[in-house]
Amino acid sequence: MAFRHFLTSKAESISFSSASFTLTDTFVRITTSMLPRHSLLYILLALLFLGCSQQKGTTSYDDPGKPAYGDTIVMASIGEASNLIPLLSTDSASHEIAGRVYNGLVKYDKDLNIVGDLAESWEIAKDNLSITFRLKKDVKWHDGKPFTAHDVMYTYKVTIDPKTPTAYAADFQLVKKAEVCDDHTFRVTYDKPFAPALISWATAIMPRHLLEGKDITTSPLIRKPVGTGPFVFKEWIPGDRVVLAANTDYFEGRPYIDRYIMRIIPDSATMFLELKRYGVDMMGLTPLQFLKQTEYPRFKQEYNKFKYLGFSYTYLGFNLKHGPFKDKRVRQAISYAIDRKEIIDGILLGLGEEATGPFTPNMWAYNGNVRRYGYSMEKALALLKDAGYEKGSDGILKKNGSPFEFTLLVNQGNTVRIQCAELIQRRLAEVGITAKIRVLEWASLINEFIDKRNFEAIILGWSINPEPDPYDIWHSSKQGVKELNFISFENKEVDELIEKARHTFDREKRKRYYGRFQEIIAEEAPYVFLFYPYATVAIHKRFKGIEPAAAGLNHNFIKWYVPEDQRRYKANAALSP
Amino acid sequence: MLRYLLKRLFFMIPMLFGITLISFVVIHLVPGEPGALDADMNPKVTKQVRERIRSFYGLDKPLHVQYWMWLKRIVKLDFGVSFAPDRRPVIDKIKERLPVTILINLLSMALIFLVGIPIGIYCARYKDSILDKALTSFVFAGYAAPTFWIALLLMMFFGVYLELLPISGIKSFNFSELSFFDKTADVAKHLILPVCISGFGGLAGISRYMKNSLLEVLRQEYITTAYAKGLPESMVLRKHALRNALLPVITILGLSIPGLIGGSVIFESIFSIPGMGQLFYMSVMARDYPTIMGILVIGAFLTLLGNLIADICYALADPRIRIG
Repeated sequence: MAFRHFLTSKAESISFSSASFTLTDTFVRITTSMLPRHSLLYILLALLFLGCSQQKGTTSYDDPGKPAYGDTIVMASIGEASNLIPLLSTDSASHEIAGRVYNGLVKYDKDLNIVGDLAESWEIAKDNLSITFRLKKDVKWHDGKPFTAHDVMYTYKVTIDPKTPTAYAADFQLVKKAEVCDDHTFRVTYDKPFAPALISWATAIMPRHLLEGKDITTSPLIRKPVGTGPFVFKEWIPGDRVVLAANTDYFEGRPYIDRYIMRIIPDSATMFLELKRYGVDMMGLTPLQFLKQTEYPRFKQEYNKFKYLGFSYTYLGFNLKHGPFKDKRVRQAISYAIDRKEIIDGILLGLGEEATGPFTPNMWAYNGNVRRYGYSMEKALALLKDAGYEKGSDGILKKNGSPFEFTLLVNQGNTVRIQCAELIQRRLAEVGITAKIRVLEWASLINEFIDKRNFEAIILGWSINPEPDPYDIWHSSKQGVKELNFISFENKEVDELIEKARHTFDREKRKRYYGRFQEIIAEEAPYVFLFYPYATVAIHKRFKGIEPAAAGLNHNFIKWYVPEDQRRYKANAALSP
Repeated sequence: MLRYLLKRLFFMIPMLFGITLISFVVIHLVPGEPGALDADMNPKVTKQVRERIRSFYGLDKPLHVQYWMWLKRIVKLDFGVSFAPDRRPVIDKIKERLPVTILINLLSMALIFLVGIPIGIYCARYKDSILDKALTSFVFAGYAAPTFWIALLLMMFFGVYLELLPISGIKSFNFSELSFFDKTADVAKHLILPVCISGFGGLAGISRYMKNSLLEVLRQEYITTAYAKGLPESMVLRKHALRNALLPVITILGLSIPGLIGGSVIFESIFSIPGMGQLFYMSVMARDYPTIMGILVIGAFLTLLGNLIADICYALADPRIRIG
């Protein structure tokens, strides 16, 4: 019933039809018990009403229509946002909402080029040490105050303030000097040229006039953000939803969609039911949902489905300090013995690509021309023989009498990874390697096994930034406790390449450094790179103007629109009384 | 009676401290730290950042010092500030989630008692009849079947297939535009499935209690006497048997008071109801110690209070306890 209320655009008819339906419904129930003879008639009457309202529902959404202001998009999130000051939060729900309320100085365009956001333009000094940003004039905060370079300065200062509990200080601690040249010019200077510097300024700029001199951790902006972005914060009903409204004087033009709602639906099965019932307009799907459970006519009539490559990969990592995995040939042999195609077809139902290295194919730094490990038992066996392993009469590989076995760790709750582990276990058994699988809760996996280097092999995934700086994961200096090179990868050439690339601004040169870096990683096989999964999304058909691109779908969100005759929600629906 | 009450109240204090001490220690022994779940494996979190966050929350101090600090605040009824990134006072977080949990629990409790007691009475009166067996199977099916499964099936049937009831949440999006009548209808519609399903699971307990205690009473000699002096059956049942048989049921009512503020995580997640169960679960997953402790203290207090009330009700209903 509920969604029917929104289907027509005129207010009066909505409340009318809903009221009359409720009435007939109760009427039917009373009368059927009292007058059994007429009950059939009333049921028919009720069905007629039901039929009428259903006919209204079958609007055709195929007409692209004309862009118009209005309607609401409803998203859903498993977890509730924690804190709408993006500096202080690390969860995706918070960043998703804050990303629509705040702007950075720069951003990625649809092809992943860096373009100005709050910055009109920028200059990188000849020595590559400083960047001067020229900021857009006439940008206003949602409360009407003008945006200036002082806001950028404040954001920088509060980020590096030791009292701010933020996870994002590292990039900004490299800044030697930050200065406000005039109200709309801001300059930062670094000690050494730092290539990821430019994109680090995509960080959300905070309003100085509301925060300076106050404790940011207790600021009201945590629950009621005030930004410069395309959407203005309206309301947060805890545990239920967050509501944003279009910023009518957004500097890139008013968004067509009037309202943005993020519902909190903590159960993924419920979320999928809500999608089928049109209670949610946009949702990420699992491979099974994408390929099977949404393949019925009514769903296809109401929703468009999209798939695109994201920025993440899943891998099997070896502890390079552990006996057999010190030998490159063993790692290569295991890479050959695992059938990636089988994993992608069997587990992801084809919704992924075979991984070749630590960068994804949609990144500019990607180099696909590296050593590839197609499934080959012969090559695997030959390499293992080289490394001194002999097959015993029981079919198990042995070296100096001891069998080749290791434990493979996976985290609980991630079905895809657990299934991968099972397929890998079977393939390795064919070669003669015994892999035991151990499934562990996330926190203890990290604290007891990874941090203490108490593992042999592990299946994990990385989400990466389109800006390729592999320093944290692959540089040999990053092997400390809680640091990310936990497999203890050390390679002098890789260290040099990463450092050089980090301090070079010329993209062609950097691309060469990263190309070589990827060749070495592929050759050394410290990870078995398994797959790059596709992101799969369903969006209601009334939203037009969606352009899938390298950067995903969200890059032109403010240009999405709903033609007037296909609108579902009134302007001020969704707010609590 | 008054002395008994005071004594009970006095003994509640050490019990409450005992509960808090044990919960505090157990919660802190779990591996992982606040924010650790978010910050682990995040390339941007350096060691210094982690230390900074630790000292910010006071986690670098030994456990007994942390407990002492917490205790000093709690005696002033200050539940502290959440460790979650929103940094809100714990009491606010609990307050905004308590009403909906209490509403649903009250409704489903009422449903359980209103349906469960008659079922129990019927089953006792017509013991071993076919309907008795059918009802028993029905209530046990409710007890045994996993809530989430039934919930999903009913959501699919009433929500997606029939499109009669909303699937999740407690209010529609156009709630603010509805008239008062429609608003009530809207909330009621949203509550039908959650209340029925949570009530369904609780029917078995209460109907069984009712049935057994009524059977027990019906075997007594004074019931035979009542029949013998020619009273109609309904009178015997209502006036003589039921009054005595209701005693254990009253105890259960008292014992379910602490249950009123607790909610089931699975259940609340499935229906997207922002209640206490979810708050507690998320606090545990995020190792948000102040919120966990806040909920536990309130829960412990209510449990003790519920026991006390049950005892008092018992005394009120049964003169033997009151006098003796």
